[in-house]
Amino acid sequence: MSVRSTVFAQFEQVAVEQNRKLAPLSDGVLLLESGLDSLSFAIIVARLEDALGVDPFSATGIVEFPVTFGDFVKLYEDAVA
Amino acid sequence: MASLWESLAQTGGPIPGAFLGLEASVALADLSKASSLGTDLEALRGRSVLIATHSQLTAALALVELDGIARRMVLCTPDLPREHLGRISATAAADAIVFEEGQPPDASIAPYGVAAHPSLTPGPVDRRRTEQTEWVLLTSGTTGAPKLVLHTLASLAGTLPRQQAAAGGSVWSTFYDIRRFGGLQIFLRAVLGGSPLVLSSAGEPIRDFLARAAAAHVTHISGTPSHWRRALMSGAATLIAPKYVRLSGEIADQALLDNLRGAYPAARIAHAFASTEAGVAFDVDDCLAGFPAALIGQGRGQVDMKVEDGTLRIRSGRTATRYLGADVNVLASADGYVDTGDMVELRDERYYFAGRKGGVINVGGLKVHPEEVEAVINADPRVRMSLVRARQNPIMGAVVVADVVLVDGASPTLDSGSSESLKHQLLDACRRVLPAHKVPTMLRFVPALELTPAGKLVRPGA
Repeated sequence: MSVRSTVFAQFEQVAVEQNRKLAPLSDGVLLLESGLDSLSFAIIVARLEDALGVDPFSATGIVEFPVTFGDFVKLYEDAVA
Repeated sequence: MASLWESLAQTGGPIPGAFLGLEASVALADLSKASSLGTDLEALRGRSVLIATHSQLTAALALVELDGIARRMVLCTPDLPREHLGRISATAAADAIVFEEGQPPDASIAPYGVAAHPSLTPGPVDRRRTEQTEWVLLTSGTTGAPKLVLHTLASLAGTLPRQQAAAGGSVWSTFYDIRRFGGLQIFLRAVLGGSPLVLSSAGEPIRDFLARAAAAHVTHISGTPSHWRRALMSGAATLIAPKYVRLSGEIADQALLDNLRGAYPAARIAHAFASTEAGVAFDVDDCLAGFPAALIGQGRGQVDMKVEDGTLRIRSGRTATRYLGADVNVLASADGYVDTGDMVELRDERYYFAGRKGGVINVGGLKVHPEEVEAVINADPRVRMSLVRARQNPIMGAVVVADVVLVDGASPTLDSGSSESLKHQLLDACRRVLPAHKVPTMLRFVPALELTPAGKLVRPGA
């Protein structure tokens, strides 16, 4: 499974668990308009750490916080690479 | 100490300050001839009052209007489950409640109810102070029911720097709800400093809130690290250009401090340590995580701090007086120190926060006691015991995870399908009775949990 599809699957899974309506995801979708709240993102980041073995948010140095879904995927693609 | 209103009136000139809410804006000067409580203000004199409005604006107005008039004000948080209101009312000996217009509470909660209006009712108001009003804040307790923490205006605001009215044109705002300790600090700084305060509103998208704050030219703004991460993720953080950015309520990590420095290069960025019980202890504004070891020790200002058994202890005039209610522990030890429950580690002349004693979990500034979550999981007859603990998280500071031991024989016989099914049933049970931040984000089955020689669960940091 690619990083992108792993991320995508987590968004869908957590949206269901948190009872949230997920917007159709494309690279331009703003994360805060995706239908998910902070807790949902916290869960996604924790699960992705288990699935991909990386937590790009906790890396040292300045990490630009992702604003769009595309930014979020790229953050993980870069961290795994 | 003068009441909030007396402090405002003392400036001599026109009453300064305003609350800028989503639904309306109110200049505090208008309160000299009008009230948000209709014609009922006088009827609340000397009473113990629950302030249980939904909106922050009506709560903010009630606090200004009732300080010095009510005997006691209980600041009910907006997410407070209704079933706790009765017990809180009894514990606080409340005989009145201020509620949102159109949303009257159950009559059994308090004998006297007053509706709060964001639009003021003109009429004569007697703002004479006849009480040293007690301020009661709610904080989460082990059983899920909140504890009532008794403060005075002096303990909450006594050492806040007073600003000259309107000097420097400060405009304050906070991501917090003002009925939580972190938000109340900003409320008091704004009101006592005569500055306008931009109030957030539940459910308002963060971009819209930041746009309102920007339109009001906000200069000072506070929130938890989780609030700030969310602001940065909104892409709208740079709509505002504050001079002062404050973080409190959670551990501020270096990555976040660096990000905020990037977003607000000209701002003073401070992270503060404060808790509902211990009050404000210190601010650090060097943009480094943790705090200098030199802050520890007596007589270094108005706050004494020490580290004992690995946790930070604080003694100052800003600590709460006591808990209300019979069945709760005393707040301070005999020497006057309050144990914050926050564990610290010393590295290179700097203390770093290392989680909470007793396993208490801080999810985005909201406390979770593991016991209340374990009780829900343990209610399932297939569960022998469980351990709920924190997992560090860069978005919310921490999330809740659970390790579960099943009764003899249950776990080895589970195939992966029925194991998943049981996991979902346990989590569904949690979702039914617990707010979302308390539901474990991950639950795994383990063969055993470590116990102390006394037979108690070994908790991280306990």
